[in-house]
Amino acid sequence: MNISDIIKPENKVYGKSGLLLDKEMHYCPGCSHGTIHKIIAETIDELDIQEQVIGVSPVGCAVLAYDYIDIDWQEAAHGRAPALATAIKRLYPEKYVFTYQGDGDLASIGTGEIIHTCNRGDSVTIIFVNNAIYGMTGGQMAPTTLEGMKTATTPQGRSHITSGFPMKITEMIALLPGVVYATRQSVDTPAAERKAKRSMIKAFKSQQLKKGTSFIEIVSTCNSGWKMTPVEANIWMRENMFPVFPPGDIKDETGF
Amino acid sequence: MAVRGAIEVNIESCKGCGVCVANCPVGTIALSRSVNGKGYNYSYMENPEKCTGCTNCAVVCPDTVITVYRVKI
Amino acid sequence: MGEKILLKGNEAIAIAAVRCGCDGYFGYPITPQSEILETLSEMNPEKDTGMIVLQAESEVAAINMLYGGAGCGKKVMTSSSSPGISLMTEGISYIAGAELPCVIVDVMRGGPGLGTIQPAQSDYFQITKGGGHGDYRTIVLAPASVQEMNDFVDLSFDLAFKYKTPVVILTDGVIGQMMEKVELSPVKPRWTDEEIVKLHGDWASTGKTSDRKRNIITSLDLDPHRQEVFNMKLQSKYREIERSEVRCETMLCEDAEYLVIAYGLSARVSQKAMELAREEGIKVGLIRPVTLFPYPYGVIEKAVPHVKSILTVEMSAGQMVEDVALAVKGKAPLYFHGRTGGMLPSPEDILALIKSIAEGTYNPGDFSGHNKLWL
Repeated sequence: MNISDIIKPENKVYGKSGLLLDKEMHYCPGCSHGTIHKIIAETIDELDIQEQVIGVSPVGCAVLAYDYIDIDWQEAAHGRAPALATAIKRLYPEKYVFTYQGDGDLASIGTGEIIHTCNRGDSVTIIFVNNAIYGMTGGQMAPTTLEGMKTATTPQGRSHITSGFPMKITEMIALLPGVVYATRQSVDTPAAERKAKRSMIKAFKSQQLKKGTSFIEIVSTCNSGWKMTPVEANIWMRENMFPVFPPGDIKDETGF
Repeated sequence: MAVRGAIEVNIESCKGCGVCVANCPVGTIALSRSVNGKGYNYSYMENPEKCTGCTNCAVVCPDTVITVYRVKI
Repeated sequence: MGEKILLKGNEAIAIAAVRCGCDGYFGYPITPQSEILETLSEMNPEKDTGMIVLQAESEVAAINMLYGGAGCGKKVMTSSSSPGISLMTEGISYIAGAELPCVIVDVMRGGPGLGTIQPAQSDYFQITKGGGHGDYRTIVLAPASVQEMNDFVDLSFDLAFKYKTPVVILTDGVIGQMMEKVELSPVKPRWTDEEIVKLHGDWASTGKTSDRKRNIITSLDLDPHRQEVFNMKLQSKYREIERSEVRCETMLCEDAEYLVIAYGLSARVSQKAMELAREEGIKVGLIRPVTLFPYPYGVIEKAVPHVKSILTVEMSAGQMVEDVALAVKGKAPLYFHGRTGGMLPSPEDILALIKSIAEGTYNPGDFSGHNKLWL
């Protein structure tokens, strides 16, 4: 059988979601952001909610997320996405609202906003990309940087004596009664990606319940910041990030 | 029932990260020796006869440059 | 005549917001303006008009909630006082950069730092010159009565949507706290989504429908050429505002030999001083800028050739006086009298100042507060 006999429209089993725009992403080769964007686009596609979704993009590498997914967006100041999401959701309770935030955005400068949006139990979805480093600004320490991990601002390796401990923000968030779903996922393997997508669908669907915030952390790589190849970065993440940030559901009160 | 698969790579959008290669369970995919317009060694089917159309490569591709086809034979 | 009731300035702001069809108020308590949030919470307008009232966790969150709400095309408002406005300044810059309409009330108190909870006018520079990073301005309205606190809310929303820009109502702790009779504004229903689109275009992020392109609210453009073009567009908008939106009140300027220039509460005190001076036969006139951006340079410039000297009165160490100086252009002596720290100017002090200027005995050390022959 020739390849041309296989590559026919009727045999297509996987392709790009129509919600992903054709613009090439600015992310580094192998960056997890692209995969996570894809999951979001597929989730919105499958739930058929494009007309009801408003995304809030962060400051950091994903600031331009609005260039890649064909929905309405608002671009927030650093760390403030959850405050925008609160207002959007209060003014449009029937819409689906999500924020997309990195570890610097969500767990450092925006700690106040994320805690309070989750504590108010606003039925929005928070997508938290944790790659343990500041990517956009060139590889500085993040709140989630591992102990001993070398970054541009911890060249000797992060020490809890000077810089505190890697912050487990999802565990903290899960304690809040306003949170209906808190999970930690990854997108480094096909199985993990499929599982993360199921979590993403659950997180978005949970907005229909109006029972609280859904929070999905995705442990990710920053191979440029980590100074590794993309494939090495995935392996390093599994060996070093997972012991500190173990994947799995932390709280699930969605009932589905 | 046996299946045959094939992938189509959007060569100019591929950044040659190699994540698809690492996640191909049957060793179909490799990075080409030649480069695309941006200088990346793009992915391609080195061993097309092995492809089962499992979609793993496309699922993990951060830039969504892979389309997967599958037929039952 | 509409309904007239006795209200505090802060209460008037709150009631006017509901009556003019505001969709959302997001605020954080700070003296001396907490009654705005309290009054709105008491009114609980969500049950009547659907207007959202939310106490944010900080001024930073409140202003970013404004960004989110304004980005949906809604009429949104916040209020704070000087230290809180400093915290909001980042967000105001973003809102200006994203060209979103919103209304911000600053009930000024004395600074710097925690300063005092007493009234002041020392946020003038911060509010009228942009305040945050980047080249932007906000339209600034300065009420001098509780009635204007009421009236300027609806006007601010009109201007905010007309120019897609933040509008600041710049007032102070006295006007916020004092009680006067107010004729309430007519009740306007909140806009429906369709009305927002019809009135102001389809730019808001409300969910991308198949009949339009996606709407993106952002202040970012990494392309230097496009960023400069955008900045030029912003500046031309501000020039248009300067041409079209100057508001200013003049009192007894026709025959005036001495001109007092003051805004807000200082203008009310100066008006009393003017009346006292007139009783003594000293011809004093008053110019009260109502918009502080755009500033009524032209009104002042026209008055300068007809007067012997000019006195600017502020509750600051000298801020608006710099704008007055730009209009006076050194063509008449410009004096400054300012009180700070929560102290207020008094009609008697202003009268004594004017008399000393008229009699040629002016000595800055003779008066309380900040006094200077400015220019």
